[in-house]
Amino acid sequence: MAIEVRIPTILRTYTGGERAVEGSGATVTELIDKLEVDHPGIQERLLENGEARRFVNIYVNDEDIRFTGGLDTAVADGDTVVILPAVAGGSASGF
Amino acid sequence: MLTIDRATHDAIIAHARRDHPDEACGVVAGPIGSDVPARFIPMLNAAMSPTFYEFDSGDLLKLYREMDDRDEEPVVVYHSHTSTEAYPSRTDINLAGEPGAHYVLVSTRDGADQSGPVDFRSYRIVDGEVTEEEVRVVDRYEDVAATQQKAEH
Repeated sequence: MAIEVRIPTILRTYTGGERAVEGSGATVTELIDKLEVDHPGIQERLLENGEARRFVNIYVNDEDIRFTGGLDTAVADGDTVVILPAVAGGSASGF
Repeated sequence: MLTIDRATHDAIIAHARRDHPDEACGVVAGPIGSDVPARFIPMLNAAMSPTFYEFDSGDLLKLYREMDDRDEEPVVVYHSHTSTEAYPSRTDINLAGEPGAHYVLVSTRDGADQSGPVDFRSYRIVDGEVTEEEVRVVDRYEDVAATQQKAEH
């Protein structure tokens, strides 16, 4: 069994249109490294300077990784990882 | 072009008036591929700010899961500007993550929290490109479908 990774519309250009792909690894960092091997270019859309991007949400089994150890959050076979771009904006500048 | 029914159009404006001076935000979901904004879903602005909006990350996951279960997609993503015009800011453009959605902006800057006018405009935002589109308000979607069918005959 693998880890199911759900891909948002805006990143499906990297997965050949697939809504979900298989992943592997022991942490979210490893999972993203493997995603990058299979779907080159996707890592840069998820990470910035080695950190999770502020306006991309990553959930492991429905928990936002911001609250579970960030990129070090453990993952295992059978887990579901959901990636969702934040829905955010506003008249403020600087984002 | 965005075709939207009067009740949903008015509900978006009412939400913006209610939350003024903070920005209001939400989604109108519809069946995948239909381009019909059918289900009005006002969202909490977790930023609670007059210059920024953001869906709470837990609410966001719940929303997308629910749309998934119902074979829906976000047809409209809306928010208000409360002291500037109803045009996407640089922030709106940088953070726009739904290339298939109509981005609706309403402005409540002209006293809309009282009874002043509310500007209601719609855009496509794809790869940093903003394209304004016409907004057509209809009484009911059935009427549109009927008209289109007639036109085809």
